[in-house]
Amino acid sequence: MSLVTLRVNGQSHEVDIEPGTPLLYVLRNDLNLSGPRFGCGLAQCGACTVIVDGVAIRSCVTPAASVSGEITTLEGLSRDGQLDPVQQAWIAEQVPQCGYCQNGQIMTARALLDSNPNPTDAEIREGMQGVLCRCMTYYRIQKAIKRASRETAAASFRDGDTPASEGAKA
Amino acid sequence: MSDKLILPRAVEAAIRSVNPATTRRDFLKSSGALVLTLSAGAAPVGKALAQAAAAGPYTDPDYLELDTWIVIHPDNTATFYVGKTDGGQGTGTAFRQMMCDELDIAYDNAKLVMGTTDITPDQGGSGGSDGIERDGWPMRRTAAEARRVLLELASERLDTPVTGLTARDATISVTADPSRSVTYAELIGGRRFDIALSGDNINQTTGIAKVKPVQDLRVIGQSIPRYDIPGKVEGTNSWAVDVKLPGMVHARNVKPPIAGATLRSIDESSVSDMPGFVAVVNRRNYVAVVCEREEQAIDAARQLVVDWTPPAEAPFPASDDLFDYIRDTAPTSVSDTDDAGDPDTAFARAARVVEAEFEVPYQGHTAIGPAHALADPSDGQMTIYSNDMKSYGLRNGVAAFLDMPRDRVRVVYMDGPQMYGRTAADDVGFEAAFLAKELGRPVRVQWMRDEETAWDTKGPAYTFKMRGAIDGDGRMSALEYDARAIDYNHVNYNEPDTVLIAQLMGIRRENPDPGEAKIPQTQYAIPNRKMAASVISLPLAWETPLRTGNLRDPDGPQVTFAYESFVDEMAAAAGADPVEFRLDMIERSDEDPRLRRARSLATVRAAAEHYGWDSRPSPNPRMLEGGGPIATGRGIAFTHRNGTVVATIAEVEVNRETGGIWVKRLVCAHDCGLVVNPLGLTQTVECGMLHGLSRALWEEVQFDAEKVTSVDWATHPSLRHADTPESVEVVIVNGDPNPDRPDLPHYGAGEASHKPMIAAVANAVHDATGVRLRRVPFRRERVLEALRAYS
Repeated sequence: MSLVTLRVNGQSHEVDIEPGTPLLYVLRNDLNLSGPRFGCGLAQCGACTVIVDGVAIRSCVTPAASVSGEITTLEGLSRDGQLDPVQQAWIAEQVPQCGYCQNGQIMTARALLDSNPNPTDAEIREGMQGVLCRCMTYYRIQKAIKRASRETAAASFRDGDTPASEGAKA
Repeated sequence: MSDKLILPRAVEAAIRSVNPATTRRDFLKSSGALVLTLSAGAAPVGKALAQAAAAGPYTDPDYLELDTWIVIHPDNTATFYVGKTDGGQGTGTAFRQMMCDELDIAYDNAKLVMGTTDITPDQGGSGGSDGIERDGWPMRRTAAEARRVLLELASERLDTPVTGLTARDATISVTADPSRSVTYAELIGGRRFDIALSGDNINQTTGIAKVKPVQDLRVIGQSIPRYDIPGKVEGTNSWAVDVKLPGMVHARNVKPPIAGATLRSIDESSVSDMPGFVAVVNRRNYVAVVCEREEQAIDAARQLVVDWTPPAEAPFPASDDLFDYIRDTAPTSVSDTDDAGDPDTAFARAARVVEAEFEVPYQGHTAIGPAHALADPSDGQMTIYSNDMKSYGLRNGVAAFLDMPRDRVRVVYMDGPQMYGRTAADDVGFEAAFLAKELGRPVRVQWMRDEETAWDTKGPAYTFKMRGAIDGDGRMSALEYDARAIDYNHVNYNEPDTVLIAQLMGIRRENPDPGEAKIPQTQYAIPNRKMAASVISLPLAWETPLRTGNLRDPDGPQVTFAYESFVDEMAAAAGADPVEFRLDMIERSDEDPRLRRARSLATVRAAAEHYGWDSRPSPNPRMLEGGGPIATGRGIAFTHRNGTVVATIAEVEVNRETGGIWVKRLVCAHDCGLVVNPLGLTQTVECGMLHGLSRALWEEVQFDAEKVTSVDWATHPSLRHADTPESVEVVIVNGDPNPDRPDLPHYGAGEASHKPMIAAVANAVHDATGVRLRRVPFRRERVLEALRAYS
C-alpha cells in the first residue's frame, strides 16, 4: 500500500492504496463519489468516465497513482450551485432512461463541448461514438448536446463575449 | 473500507415520509388512530434510522388496507406506496400522476415509493409492460377510495353533504361557500385511514369509490417531467451499486471456463497471500473469491487457480452451425399451433406460392452495468439491496434457497441499469445472500463484463420456415408457418432451483421448463392456416451460459421479424403496396371490428399519413436510378402487443459498396389507449424502437463448441451514437371507435414499439435494394453478401 494524493472536484484527498488500483474504485469506494460507474472495466463503454485536466478519461483502466491532474466527476460539474449547461440541457431534453451510463454521456459531452463549443451533427456522433447506452437514449443525448451548445453560445453572447461562430461548421 | 454508512434513499425516504420519529412498519402495525404524538425533534438519523429499518420481521404490507397504499402527512402532502419498479421508463411518474388525479392532490405535493418488499404491497415488480395496463388500476382505485373517505370526514366536519363539497389540491371546500374548507391534513394528516379494501388478489383491489371518468382527469395526460431524472443527471441519485455498509466485503465469481465442466480442485494458496483476501467459497461448481476491497476481489478471482474437468460431450454446436442444428434436431415439444381452413386446397388453387426461411440468433440483455447486489445478514435476517425488477420474487426465492422464513428476508429495490426481462440481477441476488450467510458479513457481488455478456440469460435463437399462397384476386389465401426456438429449460424469474448458483451447486428440478416457441397473432385475414412452433434443446441443458430467459417482449421481435417480413414478401408477390396490402387484410380480418380492427386501421393509417407514404409496390422500381452507392427505401411493420397497437415505418440508406445500413428516419404510430404522460411515453417508445434497431443491426451471441465467445462490447456489439437516426417521430394515436368514452383504458408501452422494429428495417432494405434480409443481425458483411448474391 502507498499514499496517493488526488485532487478531485477542487479538493485534495490522500488515500492509502495498492499502486495499481484503478481510479474508479478509489473514487467510488474511498471517496464515495458515485457518479463514475463500473460498466466493463475495459474502457469500452464509458460509464466510468471522469475529466482530468479537461480530457475525458476512462477511470476503470487508469491507475489512480498515475493521475496527477485535477479530476472532475459528475458531482463536481456544477458551479456555485448552478448545474452545468450540459446537465441543464439533459434535464430539459429528459434524456436518461435508467441513467446508469449517463455519467459517461454527460462527462464526454462536457469535454467535447470544451474542445469544440459548436460541434456539427457528425462531430457529435464521432465524439460520442465510444460511449454506450443500452436504453438507447442516443437520440435525446444528441439533441441535448446541441441544446447545451446553443444555450452556452447565447449566454456568452448575453455576457458580452464574442458569439461562437454559428454555422461555421454546418 | 469506509465506515460511512450510506442509507439507501428509498428506505430513508420511506421511513422519513411517515414521521421522522416512527417507521413505516410501525405505522402499518399501529392499531390506534393517532401515531403522530412523538416530538418531531426526536428524529433519529444515520445509524439509528438504519437500525430501526433493519429491526424486522419483514411482514408483507396488506394490500387490503388503504393505509398500505396511501399516507396523508401533517404538512398536507401524500406518499403513495406501490409494488412496482421503474427501470427508467417513467412508470413511477405515471403512477404518481394517476394517484394524484384520483386523490385530488397536486403532483408536486405527493411522493411515490416503489418495490421494497416490507414497505410496499406486492404487485410483482415489473415485467410485460403491464404496469400502466394492469397495476395502475388498483392504484387509481385506492386513491379514489382515499378521496371518498376524506369527503366523508369533511362532510361531518363542515356539516355539509358530500354532494355539496368540492375536493381540489388536497383541500375540501363547501361548493356554495368556498371560504368554508378543510385540508386533508386537518382531516387525517399523520393518522391511519383504517379502511378495509376488497379484492381476491392485488390486481382486483378496490374500495367503494369509483375511479373518475376520463373527462374529469386533470393530472393524467400532462407531460410532467420525470421525477427521477434530475438526480440521475446531477449525480445525487442513490443506486443499488452505491450502498455501503460497515464491515462489508466484495466477492467475484469464478465461472467454469468450458460449459459443463466440473470442478476437480481449487488451489486456494494461489490467492490467499493476496492483499485483502478473505475467503474462497465453493459448493460443487460454484466458486467465489471474497476480499476486503473491490479491486482486490477482481484481481483474486482472476488469479485463483482452479482445475476443471471438461465435459465428455460438446455442450452445444458452434454458433456458425446453430441454425443447421435447429433444423436437424427433433423438437422436445410443440408449444403453439393454429390451424384454420383448408391450406392444401388454397395452395393448389394459388396464383402464386412463395416460400421463405428466416433466422434469428441468440441475443443478450447485456445490461450496461453488470449484475450486482449487496446482501446484509445482520441480526439473523437478510436484506438485499438490488435493482432486480421483481424484488418480491427475489425475496421469496432467496428465502426458499437459504431455507429462511420469508419474513426474515427483504429486498430493498433501488435504481440500476436497465432490466428488460429476466437478467442476471436475479442470479446475483441469490449469490450475494448465499455468501453473506456463509461469511456472516455484508457481501457485495458484481459480475464482470465477460461474465455478464457470456452467462446472462439470452433471448432464444429461432428458425422459421414459411410458405404462402396468393389467390387470383392478389390476396393472401394461405400461410404455412413452422418456427423452432432453442428454449428448453427456459429460466424463469427468481426460481430457487434454476438460478445459476443453484444449477452450479447441482440442484436440478425434476421437470425442466419445457420452454416456448411462438406463432404470431393472426391480425390479418388469412383464411387458411397451418402454423406450429416447436422447442429444441441443446445437448447441455443445465449449467450452461446459453440459458434462455425473458428478453424484452419475449419472442416478439423474432416472430414479428419473420411474420411481417413474409407478409411484405407476399405483398411484393401480389404487386401490391405494403401498406394497402396490410390495410386490406386488416379490414377483412375477423378481429373484434369495434375495437381491435378499428384501432389497427387507425394506427397503420396514422403511420403512413405522418410518414408521407406514397402508394407503390416494393421494391422501389426506381431503385437503380442515380447509380450512386446509396440506395434509399422505406418499410412498414405492424403488430399488437397485449392491448397496444403499433405500426412502425423505417426509412433506410443502404450503402451498396459497404453493406452498411443507416436507418435515417423512424415513424412509430402508437395506440396505447389513454396516455398518462405523453412526454414519458414518447421517450419510452423512442428507446424501445432504438433497442429494436440495435437487435436488427448488431446483436448476436457467438460461441464455439465449448464456450460463449461474445464477452464484451466488441464481441456482442450494440447500437452506437453513429447509428442514431436523424429523426425519430412518435405519433400518439387513439383509434378507439368511441375515442371520448369515459372509461378509455390505458395500455402498456415499453415493449410494443420494440417488437416490429427488425421487420420494419428488413422491409425497408428490401424496398431500397430488392434484397430480402433473412438472417438477423444485418451487419454489413452479411448485407454485402446478400447484395452481391442478388445482383
